[in-house]
Amino acid sequence: MAVRRLAADEIQPKSFTLSADAEAWAQEQIAKYPEGRQASAVVPLLWKVQGDCGGWLPQKAIEAVAERLGMPYIRVLEVATFYTMFNLEPVGRHFIQCCGTTPCALRGANDLMDMLRGRVGEQRHVTADGNFSWLEVECLGACTNAPMVQINNDYYEDLTPEILSRIMDELAAGGTPKRGPQQGRNASEPLGESVTLVEPSLYDGSMIGAWRKRFEETAPAAEANAKAEGERATQQAATNPKPAKPDAGRVVERPVGDTPAVRAAAGEKPVSTGKQAAAAEPSRTTVAEGKPASETVAPPRSRKSYVNTPVKPEDGRTVADAPASPDSASVQTSGTEKTSGS
Amino acid sequence: MLHDRDRIFTNLYGLHSPGLEAARRRGAWDGTKFLLEKGRDWIIDEMKKSGLRGRGGAGFPTGLKWSFMPKASDGRPHYLVVNADESEPGTAKDREIMRHDPHLLVEGCLLASFAMGAHAAYVYIRGEYIAERDALQRAVDEAYEARLIGKDNIHGYPFDLYVHHGAGAYICGEETALIESLEGKKGMPRLKPPFPANMGLYGCPTTVNNVESIAVAGTILRRGAAWFAGLGRPNNTGSKLFSISGHVNRPCNVEEELGITFRELVEKHCGGVRGGFDNLLAVIPGGSSVPLVPAHEIADAHMDFDTLRNLKSGLGTAAVIVMDKSTDVVRAITRLAYFYKHESCGQCTPCREGTGWMWRVLSRMSEGRAQRREIDMLLDVSYQIEGHTICALGDAAAWPVQGLIRHFRHEIEKRIDDYAANPHSEPVRVAAE
Repeated sequence: MAVRRLAADEIQPKSFTLSADAEAWAQEQIAKYPEGRQASAVVPLLWKVQGDCGGWLPQKAIEAVAERLGMPYIRVLEVATFYTMFNLEPVGRHFIQCCGTTPCALRGANDLMDMLRGRVGEQRHVTADGNFSWLEVECLGACTNAPMVQINNDYYEDLTPEILSRIMDELAAGGTPKRGPQQGRNASEPLGESVTLVEPSLYDGSMIGAWRKRFEETAPAAEANAKAEGERATQQAATNPKPAKPDAGRVVERPVGDTPAVRAAAGEKPVSTGKQAAAAEPSRTTVAEGKPASETVAPPRSRKSYVNTPVKPEDGRTVADAPASPDSASVQTSGTEKTSGS
Repeated sequence: MLHDRDRIFTNLYGLHSPGLEAARRRGAWDGTKFLLEKGRDWIIDEMKKSGLRGRGGAGFPTGLKWSFMPKASDGRPHYLVVNADESEPGTAKDREIMRHDPHLLVEGCLLASFAMGAHAAYVYIRGEYIAERDALQRAVDEAYEARLIGKDNIHGYPFDLYVHHGAGAYICGEETALIESLEGKKGMPRLKPPFPANMGLYGCPTTVNNVESIAVAGTILRRGAAWFAGLGRPNNTGSKLFSISGHVNRPCNVEEELGITFRELVEKHCGGVRGGFDNLLAVIPGGSSVPLVPAHEIADAHMDFDTLRNLKSGLGTAAVIVMDKSTDVVRAITRLAYFYKHESCGQCTPCREGTGWMWRVLSRMSEGRAQRREIDMLLDVSYQIEGHTICALGDAAAWPVQGLIRHFRHEIEKRIDDYAANPHSEPVRVAAE
């Protein structure tokens, strides 16, 4: 979840009216839904209005959409702040959305973002000439053509920082650069010679009607096999409706394992005395002074080693100081005595 | 390798026209009326027999899902909703169907709607897919014009298909969130039951299916359940679109038989792993939501639902993200944790708070700025998120982290130890919120 708020009052326009174009669009969208369900058109209408407003949604525009659709203003505001494609503050004429999720990041999206940071500035910053602003967004669904950006409505794929920079030059000069993959591909086929979809009979029309003969000569055996297969699938769905869920192996992982007691039980060697001494060295330790270094510390009792004993406010001792068990309490007392004695 | 004649998406790469004429020559809309005349029960039965499992990630049998719809209408209309909100990181297959083979989808919508008694269907496309939306709309318009669909069409079954679009929210890929969004609300998942098959869109019986599950229906019905069930492996039948991204020489989408081994998939279609197969570190086999699998386990594994589940991962959407040994695997998973933090809808506390918490801990760990005991703490918190939320996003956020700790705990520990071994005087960097 991200916190999304409307833009500051100073930059909000004072008024907004739906253009004739947007009104036509609204009617076309509302016609898709049953009578009385015009609220369904809120996302398409907001998207259209955002386009009309230069790529972002002013407050007045959101109010106008609410009025047009007969929805309470707050419902439309909810929608406008929930969906991340709605920009609530002004963007550049060419708004660059750079995909930074792992599949793109693996293929160099971070280099693209470094380039954008150098050329445009930080995210959401609009350049002085109003041409560009950029934003790191989550997966845009063109992972086989990574890394990629979306500039306004268009995808540019298979990028390198140099190619993106060239595309931006072209856009800044008012041109229309080539969309889609930039390195010689048509779409998402493997680069170079393809080994699939090469058979000409797929495209010459010989596929038409070829299937009909199975209805004339049905092979009963194959039919029975397939039926059994279907039943298996049905049965499995009844007993195990979420088959893709990785549910095994929990027992092994659940307990918190890395405690001294568990290590001792597993037969691991205890920490060497030299290391112990180093750990107790006053300059490196966070334990309060006065704690004896040579005493062995009792293993934590809880198997969840991260559970801290809360600091007691009345005596102001640190956690490490607080007595964890009767044994260590006595150790603690003797330690305190020693300190006070010396 | 799957034979070309057994491929369903014959224009996957857009080398031919997506228009109606060309699509017909490739076999779409061929004998649709004949199939409809075989009847509703025959269609559902055939889909069940084909063993087709939903292609959107969960792998639920599609025919069975269709059969959940009420047999007779109680006065409320039935709806089919096609989930084209493709936003699972790594997945880019539905996009190719919508822009290159849209008529298979349109025809599939008619067949599926007929099978479940729906007279209207909505395709919910993610907002960013603007060119894809236009392409699909063009195909729908063509189909209306040729009277293949519409109130008064040549098939004699009144049917309307509408293209709706969202505005960039991953959560709208969850079926009830998608329905909420389609109703014009925030995309927050609903509690189930009632299930959409009883009470879905506008309170009416609704079935939500993935684009690929619907688009293959026409070809399966034509060529027969036996043909489809003959491909792949038992309980994992048929062909499937794989999206292979990351560190391979030639990333691509390809339609392959389920159960192809990972090695064959990558060597045949993607020109191998970058730097040779031995350079493979790990693979996320089903989109970002499933745990990663290390190289030695995935190398000769069959890419299907059951094999990958036994590797404690999943086939998901068959979006294969390949990582070679140059990958900073902790950072890669941290980036996914950030994705889930960004995309959590904020409805359930474990997910809203937990995803941000996991991301913050992981981003410290990726620098080594953590303690060893925090690894177990992180694992424990991930189990507190998993299964404690309304929808599966909580699970999806937890699994990659669990996978990382399961297979690369040593890497995190090494990083922590390295950091602890070096004295640090520079100020601690704070990750940007």
